[in-house]
Amino acid sequence: MKNKLIFSAMLLALVSITTPSCFNDLDLEPAYGLNSIAVYENPDNYIHVLAKIYAGLAISGNQGPAGNPDILGIDEGFSQYVRVLWNLQEISTDAIKCAWNDPGIPELNKMQWSSTNSFVNAMYYRIYFQIPLSNEFLREASDDKMTERGFSEADKALIRGYSSEVRFLRALSYYHAMDLFGNVPFVTEENELGANAPQRILRADLFNYVESELKAIESEIPSVNEYGRTTKAAVQTLLARIYLNAEVYTGTARYADCATYCSKVINDGGYSLEPVYDHLFMADNHNSNEIIFPVTFDGMFTQTFGGTTFLTHSTIGGEAMSAIDSSYFGVQFGWAGNRSTPQYAANFPDTDDSRNMFFLDGQTLEFTEDAQLGQFVVGWPVAKWRNITSTGAVGSDATGNYVDTDFPMFRLADVYLMYAECAARGAGDVGLGLGYVNVLRERAYGDASNNAASITPESVLAERARELQLEGYRRTDLIRFGLFTGGEYLWAFKGGSFAGASVPEYLNLYPIPSSDVVANPNLIQNPGY
Amino acid sequence: MKNVYLLVRNAIVLVCMAMPAFVWGQAATLSGIITDPLGQTLPGVTVLLDGTGQGTISDIDGSYTLAFDNAGTYTISYTYIGFIKMTQTITLTSGQNMKKDLQLEEDALLLETAVVVGYGTVKSKDLTGAITNIGVKDFQTGAVTTPEQLIVGKVSGVQITSNSGMPGSGSRIRIRGGTSLNASNDPLIVIDGVPIDNNGISGSGNALSLINPDDIENITILKDASAAAIYGSRAANGVIIVTTKKGFADKKLHINFSTTNSFATVTKMVDVLTADELREVINANGTATQQALLGDENTDWQSELFRLGIVTDNDITFSGGIKNLPYRLNLEYMQEQGVLDRSQLNRMGASLSLNPTYFNGKLKTEGNGKIYHTDNFFADQGSIGTAITFDPTQQIYDAASIYGGYYEWQNAGGLFSLAPKNPLGLLNQRDDESNVNRFIGNLKFDLELFKDFHGVINGGVDISRSNGTIVVPEEAASSYANGGVNNQYEQSKNNKLLETYFNYKKDLNKIKSRIDFTAGYSYQNWFRQEPAFASLNFAGDTITPAGIPGETENTLISFYGRVNYNLNQKYLLTATLREDGSSRFSPENRWGLFPSLAVAWLVSDEKFMSKSKMYLKFRAGYGVTGQQEIFNDYPYIANYDSSTSTAQYQFGDVFYYLLRPDGYDPNIKWEETTSYNVGIDFGFAGDKISGSLDFYKKTTDDLLATIPIPAGTNFTNQILTNVGSMENTGVEANINVIAINKKDMGLEFGINGTINKNEITNLTKVEDPNSPGILVGGIAGGIGNTIQVQSVGYASNTFYAYEQVYDESGNPIEGEYVDQNNDSIINADDLIFGENPTPDFYAGFYASFRYKKWTAGFSLRGEFGNHIYNNIASTRGVYQNIPPASYMQNLTSDYLESNFQTYQILSDYYIESASFVRMDNISVGYDFGSVFKGNAALSVSAIVQNVFVISPYSGLDPEIAGGIDNSIYPRPRIFSISANLKL
Repeated sequence: MKNKLIFSAMLLALVSITTPSCFNDLDLEPAYGLNSIAVYENPDNYIHVLAKIYAGLAISGNQGPAGNPDILGIDEGFSQYVRVLWNLQEISTDAIKCAWNDPGIPELNKMQWSSTNSFVNAMYYRIYFQIPLSNEFLREASDDKMTERGFSEADKALIRGYSSEVRFLRALSYYHAMDLFGNVPFVTEENELGANAPQRILRADLFNYVESELKAIESEIPSVNEYGRTTKAAVQTLLARIYLNAEVYTGTARYADCATYCSKVINDGGYSLEPVYDHLFMADNHNSNEIIFPVTFDGMFTQTFGGTTFLTHSTIGGEAMSAIDSSYFGVQFGWAGNRSTPQYAANFPDTDDSRNMFFLDGQTLEFTEDAQLGQFVVGWPVAKWRNITSTGAVGSDATGNYVDTDFPMFRLADVYLMYAECAARGAGDVGLGLGYVNVLRERAYGDASNNAASITPESVLAERARELQLEGYRRTDLIRFGLFTGGEYLWAFKGGSFAGASVPEYLNLYPIPSSDVVANPNLIQNPGY
Repeated sequence: MKNVYLLVRNAIVLVCMAMPAFVWGQAATLSGIITDPLGQTLPGVTVLLDGTGQGTISDIDGSYTLAFDNAGTYTISYTYIGFIKMTQTITLTSGQNMKKDLQLEEDALLLETAVVVGYGTVKSKDLTGAITNIGVKDFQTGAVTTPEQLIVGKVSGVQITSNSGMPGSGSRIRIRGGTSLNASNDPLIVIDGVPIDNNGISGSGNALSLINPDDIENITILKDASAAAIYGSRAANGVIIVTTKKGFADKKLHINFSTTNSFATVTKMVDVLTADELREVINANGTATQQALLGDENTDWQSELFRLGIVTDNDITFSGGIKNLPYRLNLEYMQEQGVLDRSQLNRMGASLSLNPTYFNGKLKTEGNGKIYHTDNFFADQGSIGTAITFDPTQQIYDAASIYGGYYEWQNAGGLFSLAPKNPLGLLNQRDDESNVNRFIGNLKFDLELFKDFHGVINGGVDISRSNGTIVVPEEAASSYANGGVNNQYEQSKNNKLLETYFNYKKDLNKIKSRIDFTAGYSYQNWFRQEPAFASLNFAGDTITPAGIPGETENTLISFYGRVNYNLNQKYLLTATLREDGSSRFSPENRWGLFPSLAVAWLVSDEKFMSKSKMYLKFRAGYGVTGQQEIFNDYPYIANYDSSTSTAQYQFGDVFYYLLRPDGYDPNIKWEETTSYNVGIDFGFAGDKISGSLDFYKKTTDDLLATIPIPAGTNFTNQILTNVGSMENTGVEANINVIAINKKDMGLEFGINGTINKNEITNLTKVEDPNSPGILVGGIAGGIGNTIQVQSVGYASNTFYAYEQVYDESGNPIEGEYVDQNNDSIINADDLIFGENPTPDFYAGFYASFRYKKWTAGFSLRGEFGNHIYNNIASTRGVYQNIPPASYMQNLTSDYLESNFQTYQILSDYYIESASFVRMDNISVGYDFGSVFKGNAALSVSAIVQNVFVISPYSGLDPEIAGGIDNSIYPRPRIFSISANLKL
């Protein structure tokens, strides 16, 4: 009996030790890192979220160049925003054929993409990475929330300014969605995160939304801002761009509105042409006063395998080029991927046009068989993007891997040419338009001896091919002129074969990725896919 | 007063268990000789004075002696694995020296053996679930350096694939197929009641690789959910319960010394072009630039990397009782020099087990502590892959080389960064070392509070401290641009367990029933900390500044109960219930309930079968288990992630770091796997033929999968969430045959086989025939390519590729694929679902033979219907692997087969059958019996492991976890000599 008492006492003691009030231990939080409440309580954090939304255009994740990706399911470098936008806008056209055999690339070259194409998916999900991020920022930057958090008036004003920039960035991504995919999911700051699947918006309705957003912030955004951030002219340039292509998006042409907004940028924007064309694509192009909206890169601090790192590496390579001293390109070697077609090269009749940057040593220029799609030594490589400053210094990354050069998403020359095209279409002053074209030609040739005497929409398109080569405009331009699909204009590998073939019209829109058609019952696949 | 004294004394006893409660004199003795039914003497029989933990074990000649300090009546039990426990009651008078010889009856089916089932033991005969128990006798032999290798091929339904031939690299274990897509498919491993951390330890190959296999007494595998559900939310992939060896109170000191010494050789290397073949190919097809790059040497780069591996594993074990304190102390020293030059694993271990009993057996205590120290040298495995393609026409060393004397490819700008680096440079210029200290221990008290009512308290810890350094000198080509490497890392893990449970066993003779009831509570906490270090170059300059340190923690709190009900010794029922609360999930989703129910019928004990002498048992079980091992302790919490210094964005002249919300699912919860199992156990012909047959079906719902979510609804495009379901159905069987069992000769063999079919039954919210599913299985070659898919109606990780077109003579036509949808375009719509990497059927066959003092045995294992994507051939057996300029590379011999000029990375030409039969082990042993004038027993054996592999697979080794073959550290053939000396 005594023993039993002892045992009972011991057991009780032990049980009371082992049954502690440890249910609280189920409420654990990360030791490092921030939750959303902590982030937005401090007004100083907002600029870092703003920077992330800008950086969404430049880098692929939170660990440069790769390692902590923003989107999953595709290689970070392959899927970087500017890179994949450029791929969809250039590789699908006469401007670029890529020699790589990575799944998805031959299909872009041949206009044979499907709704599971990895580049189509990457572009779509990059866009829909930017948009919810922007929406979250706008929710957390509402006046109510800022007041609730007791922010000073000065902080509030600053953050309201950020909000306008966020709305610009969101409109920019919606513009890309409208241009590439047409009828897409639509979410704004009104839609709670993770809630129901978004509704589908028609392309024309999205046009109205983008237009109204840009007009709403036009007066909010300052004319002059820190380099890298949005200016009023950037907002106006984007408006000009949607008006230029409005007929494609809505069925109604808006060339006059385009001309109006081009004039605002040209006359009041405070931008001026870079005197030397080459310098626009070099490592110190942040000094240029021509770039209206850059996506900034840095070899040390903004590292990616996309962006200008991709543009510089991928357009050089091959036998002859690998022998070039790397001090010319500022990178160690080429990736031997992208080169142009003879059809596109025909836009460059003159070798004394400084925009003619074809690098032809060791290259065979004509495509004569289908297998040559995969051979970089056939075709017209373009040595346009470089990691060397205008004074000849190599970019900041000593290993020569990551490039400093910024990507000019918008620049003044494009605005000149948009105005000229509108004028040639009868929606602006033809003399002014011709003058804008000739300013660019004079810069290209060094003097006025090659100036044009007149302009037509087609001549402006050819001028755009020269001036804006490899800058991500080509597909949109060809669609506006009805040349992207159909059989009127053929180029190497259009439709599959080296000789080129007509392709159906439905290819003017990329497909909605099948993964989202599966995930979101509100979506309808674009016709033809 | 005396009570107080007792209390104090008992408390002291509890705290320091080494304190004995009894002192033995020697008033009387009991001795005798124990034999088996064939009349052979039985060494190693445990002779125990019941309820005390005191006793002895029989000697080499089967003799035993027990001493008693008092005259009286005692109950003595005799136990030996494979024999029925015998109990004798004797009465001794003072000074009496009683003789008692006895013969033990065989228990071929081990029906009377107590099997550890989690929070208790159950007699094998009374088991209701699909449980396999394997003891020392059936373990694999030879150079077994990690515990899971002890049971390779021995158990149906269990597939063990060693990761590679690297020392300590561990294995991938699958019990009845994987139940999850993105959560862990590893079983829960429990060592002496402490569930161990399955996640790897930094600086160590594998969580189990630190445990000394020689410490293991017994491994129990809970395969079906009715058995495993007592472990609730972690048991969906089965449970492996490891019981370590214990001491027992024998005044005599037993010393056991065993040593295994092995040589390991590489048997096969990747088939590549010789230098002459490469010269021939390039001179015939290459450009002048390429031809100019060829050298005159004949270097076999792969052979240069490998050496004769040497393993020595030495154990010394002391066991016995100091007074009546039973102890077992094992000391181990193991050194494994891998076949890849410089790779090495040294392990020093000590394990101590103390299990004294107090108060006439009413309080049983058990303390186990295992401490291991390992030193690893990780040779650069990248050198293996590089050696496959490094140009064989070049020399290894170059006196003029500034890269440590190794030949390297250079161009005008210096080292050509795109070119592969000299494999021997990679191997010899990288010092990647780590050391790991780990302690696993538990302290268990089992107190019989009232008759048949026990309270058990078990506390355990699994603590590890590891650190490592990676040093590459400045001149090494691999890190030349940065000036070498001088990095370090550290990790601490503290895992704690505390649990209390009660057990009540009662015979209710009136209703011919017996109940066994267990209920308990458990608390477990896992904590991991990793300080952040900057990455430095050799000189110590910062290349990448230190990031954010890692610290993560999770807690699991559980309540559980089990009832075993036995009616009339024939009808058995087991029901369990567990409730788990995990800190990994939000309060709304935190708690999960996991029930199970199983019944069994001992048909052979029915009257109508009493004449047949057969053993027959039917089993049926149902259970729900969970899975919460998702590699993230805070998946439901919104987190903002700060970017690294290389991911900043510039506004004006200032670079801002970025704050990004991570995508997450606030409603994430565990997967649930519902399992059904029916089976029979049988034994006939005097139990000479025995076995079991099981059918099972496991359905996993709320599958944790990373899937695309509607665009625009979260901060990324794919999140880990609960969606869909998956099924595993299968049949498993094993048969054991005792063909000969005579005094001087015995022959026994066993065969087991498993058929498992895995299918994803649901994965999306909307069905779309155009959607193939989720692409997985990243492959080398190009960037971001995948070769597998998770798709409804197919097995997980099904291959997804283009269907290659072949010409009349059976050669693949380059670039031609079957246009599946006949749209004259070959694009992603033409990819087809193919085979998958898991076998349809796998089997093991083993046999053992004894003749007088000789023993021999072997074990064979086969997997059938498994497929591999040969990523080595697809990237390195293609002419495009020859660079256009600047440097030269070699091709694998597959180029001579396919003749592919450009990469055909998604062709199903590269998906090959990888069925195989492997002889894991063949051994011969000789038992010298007593040596040194009867003071010791010696046995020796010679073993060959990985004797041969038969497979149609063209690559190096058909056994590749995951089914994508990139270069692996080859599994060597190992020749060992083992000796065991008992004193």
